[in-house]
Amino acid sequence: MNELQTILSDSVNRLLADYSTKQTIVAAEQGEWPKALWDELVANGLTRVLVPEDMGGAGATWSDAYVVLKAAGEHAAPVPLAEAIVAGWILARAGIAIPDGIVTLMEGDFLLKEGRLSGKATRVPFARHATHGVALVKSGWGVEAVLAPLDYARLDKDQNVAREARDTLYFERVVVETGWVELPEDGLRLFGALARSVQMAGALDYLTKQSVAYANERTQFGKPIGKFQAIQQQLAVLSTQSAAAGIAAAHACAAADKGEASFEIAVAKVRVDDASSIATSIAHQVHGAIGFTYEHGLHFATRRLWAWRAEFGSGAEWAEELGRAAMERGADELWPYVTGR
Amino acid sequence: MQTFRFDLCELPEETRGLREEVRAFLAEELKTIPAVIRAQTWSGHDQAFSAKMGAKGWIGMRWPKKYGGHERSAFDRYVVLEEMLAAGAPVGAHWIGDRQSGPLLLNFGTEEQRQLILPKVAKGECFLCIGMSEPDSGSDLAATRTKAEKVDGGYKVNGTKLWTSGANRAHYMIALFRTDPEKKHDGLTQFLVDLKSPGITIRPISDLAGNSHFNEVVFQDVFVPDSMLVGSEGSGWAQVGAELAFERSGPERYLSSYLLMKELIRELSKRGGEEGAKEVGRLIAHLVTLRQMSLSVAGMLDKGENPALEASVVKDLGAVFEQDMPVKAHELIGAEPTIGGGDDFTEVLAYLTQTVPSFSLRGGTREILRGIIARGLGLR
Repeated sequence: MNELQTILSDSVNRLLADYSTKQTIVAAEQGEWPKALWDELVANGLTRVLVPEDMGGAGATWSDAYVVLKAAGEHAAPVPLAEAIVAGWILARAGIAIPDGIVTLMEGDFLLKEGRLSGKATRVPFARHATHGVALVKSGWGVEAVLAPLDYARLDKDQNVAREARDTLYFERVVVETGWVELPEDGLRLFGALARSVQMAGALDYLTKQSVAYANERTQFGKPIGKFQAIQQQLAVLSTQSAAAGIAAAHACAAADKGEASFEIAVAKVRVDDASSIATSIAHQVHGAIGFTYEHGLHFATRRLWAWRAEFGSGAEWAEELGRAAMERGADELWPYVTGR
Repeated sequence: MQTFRFDLCELPEETRGLREEVRAFLAEELKTIPAVIRAQTWSGHDQAFSAKMGAKGWIGMRWPKKYGGHERSAFDRYVVLEEMLAAGAPVGAHWIGDRQSGPLLLNFGTEEQRQLILPKVAKGECFLCIGMSEPDSGSDLAATRTKAEKVDGGYKVNGTKLWTSGANRAHYMIALFRTDPEKKHDGLTQFLVDLKSPGITIRPISDLAGNSHFNEVVFQDVFVPDSMLVGSEGSGWAQVGAELAFERSGPERYLSSYLLMKELIRELSKRGGEEGAKEVGRLIAHLVTLRQMSLSVAGMLDKGENPALEASVVKDLGAVFEQDMPVKAHELIGAEPTIGGGDDFTEVLAYLTQTVPSFSLRGGTREILRGIIARGLGLR
């Protein structure tokens, strides 16, 4: 981290410690919109970190955004911060002004005709709270970014295991803003995967810190359980997994700052997914029964990891893409490819 | 609680030319060497190859020129190492001297010791081994018993070192001996021992695959002159600790099974590339991430930091990855591993299936590494 990122990290973590409290998360899981948290994020410009300064943003890089997204994951912030950051980045690249309000990302099947959007988007994060959705639609000439108001969309409610809203939206000839954008057709899935990978790395860091703290507190057989080698070895594994996830996600952000980053993003999502499966299991094992209760906050992180690992392409899906591409290039080309990027 | 620090570290653009040069050299040098031999990489011993690398200036790359080094950057060195390992070059003869003993002597050695050893090591003509483990001292290194007693002009050494890789073909050993039986950690001292000294018996030990790279080294009233004490008496434990970041984080800690990964991908590609794509993708994701972690530690070493904890993380994750490779190959292909007469895939599979158990033993066992990591987490 450079100096700017260290300062950013400190201030974002402080903000989230104050506003993304257990009480806030519990209320959000019961359907309440965490207005105070969201307003604070907006007021600090954090929803627009990737928007250039001349479009009202912070003009930051993906490597800077890494710090923000990681903190959001670490604090289980129950708001579409990652979605707003990616949406703002896409809109800015398409030359579309960033609207006030809450902007989310929409993956789905769309038809764009004469500036009107029709079709269906599934599992849209926080759609019921959002004012706008951003989609990428393939048109004859290339890919268009679409900014759609959600006032005229029909909405079916659904949620993921973290009880975050994942709604279905139906559009019928809704007037939208559009702009050509130099992104692949699956760019939303790609950069969504990048954002989720970083959030997941943050949640994994939380699991390490929380589990170590608990092992030092909880006493059995006359001493803290962290003094037992069986527990120490498990926590060592947990921490190495979260370290690997962190650098995989950071590497993908750095690649996104340099240009085409689909390989590094796929690597990150796969590696972070693997880390999550190992880490959530260890964290719960170390916590014992108390970590299985709703009262204890451990599950705010573990349930998010279980939800997020399947979003914007599961690790298995990205792994299959990586594997197929590698086999097409041929066995002898793997090393030159890895070292040449 | 502070967890580990893995900052990204990007290889400078200038290393590209060097990488191409190394690749061209290896394409020529390795073209007749079969895959099963290349799979040995840094366990493969080939003095002629080491001499060629020395002539290229690819050993002791970071050392001062006055000791035969080349004053290149840590990143140049990293590129040479990872290219050698990925191609399966037989770099074992000079590996220990280049990685570990050279830097140790630069840190703690006397001018005489450096002049004696380093130029020859850099030429690829002088090989070292590291005498740490003993019959009753494996992971518990502080239990070292081999005794160095003060005598006139030097020390008299008695005892046995065990599992010493490459001792049968090395010229010198960096040995950890007990100079003070009263103290535990502070009673240990490092010495540079000429393996031709009278009283030394080296017996190669065959491993389960029938290869003899590790040894028993018996010392019987061996005289080691005062001038061969490395660092200061009683500082052996601390000095060994400083070496470990070099020993535990390099690209050899995740590339030891790379030849099998390559042959596995080749084998799956032959079958149309439908099968196993997911598993190959996962292996790639782990490989790329480990490389970033290893580079990160290289960056910290270059800045003169001591990332011993991060190095343990790399080695632990790297060994799990390397050991998973024959398992994945078995699950995906299920071919019988073959010794002699097989194709590249089944022969490399046979070699690595038998060899990978040592990867979480050598250079610090998995349990010791995880203990170090747990201490770093504040649990011990």
